[in-house]
Amino acid sequence: MSEMRKIIIDPLVDNNPVTLQMLGICSALAVTTSLLPALLMCIALTSVAALSSAAISLIRNRIPNNIRIIVHMTIIASLVILTDQLLRAYAFETSKQLSVFVGLIITNCIVLGRAEAFAMKNSVGLSFLDGLGNGLGYSLVLIIVATLRELFGAGTLLGYPILELTQDGGWYEANGLMLLPPSAFFIIGLLIWVIRSWRKQQVEHADYQIHEVHRTDVY
Amino acid sequence: MEAYINLFIKAVFVENLALAFFLGMCTFLAISKKVETAISLGLAVIAVQTITIPVNYLIYNFFLADGALAWAGLPDVDLSFLGLVSYIGVIAALVQILEMVLDRYVPKLYNALGIFLPLITVNCAILGGTLFMVERHYDFGESVVYGIGSGTGWAIALIALAGIREKLKYSDVPDGLQGLGITFIIVGLMSLGFMGFSGVQL
Repeated sequence: MSEMRKIIIDPLVDNNPVTLQMLGICSALAVTTSLLPALLMCIALTSVAALSSAAISLIRNRIPNNIRIIVHMTIIASLVILTDQLLRAYAFETSKQLSVFVGLIITNCIVLGRAEAFAMKNSVGLSFLDGLGNGLGYSLVLIIVATLRELFGAGTLLGYPILELTQDGGWYEANGLMLLPPSAFFIIGLLIWVIRSWRKQQVEHADYQIHEVHRTDVY
Repeated sequence: MEAYINLFIKAVFVENLALAFFLGMCTFLAISKKVETAISLGLAVIAVQTITIPVNYLIYNFFLADGALAWAGLPDVDLSFLGLVSYIGVIAALVQILEMVLDRYVPKLYNALGIFLPLITVNCAILGGTLFMVERHYDFGESVVYGIGSGTGWAIALIALAGIREKLKYSDVPDGLQGLGITFIIVGLMSLGFMGFSGVQL
């Protein structure tokens, strides 16, 4: 039981696929200008990751080793097509906003990475949980970024006004930069800084260490 | 002609796949530590992008789109839901073929590219380019130009970032920002810079 919990909780902060392993950022940022598409994207990715891990784990002993990538790709692509069609059927407006990024879940490194690293070696249940956990780790980052961007960029959350904008007679001057691509990079960068100040063991070592003497000289 | 040049400039600078659409980020961050490797990977991406987008254009318009199978006597068939599987298959196959051709005829370039060539299959920028081509309804000429342009834009961003990171290793970065964190901030600043190109039009 504790192992199962660990598989789900671990990817949230300690082994987060986005901030630590640098996986799956491709699709993560473009959909974060507002919260609703980001939430749908999270659901889509988490379900694809969990189901593909489970499916691949189910047939892991039958996949010939040298064509395994193709098999993975086909399973993932079929699941993504399913998700895409479901979104178009039930959330058409938002699926327009997500545009090509649902399709890009296929090349999302988290999904393929978990299939390759975990599902090929573990049982169906554990693989499902592992996919779920990594999907949730990705979702956590996505939701944080999307909340910040929508709140400070447009003063709303999920379309409801939270901060009164000046043009509507309120006090908050919307920060247009938040809606532009660069802000997503800055937020992720700062988020990594926060996580690594909290969990020191995640800090990367510099290629060249500046000599301590210089550091103290400056002060 | 002018429209093509316009599209090219737009694909390289304004709608840069890496900096405006966040595509190919994983490779972008992982392979940008050295200018030399960045240049090889950039060239490989340009080559693959230039081939795959027009090929996927042909596949989409002659097999998958609504009514595209009319030449085979099946005007009512709409296979566009098969798009994603076909594109990724085409990309994987083309990368494989390119690898074999390069190995046979230009072994020097093949050795320089090394591991990066097969990795391109799972690069979101390649699949993203194809999906944008389909979504924006480019014609054949435009899809060729868009392929070259988007590949070039991605390569320029990658090489520029590699140049900056080479200088960066001598600077004193706070511990928590070391490595990945500071790279994201730099990419954000580059993205701001590239936004300055928006509005450039012929």
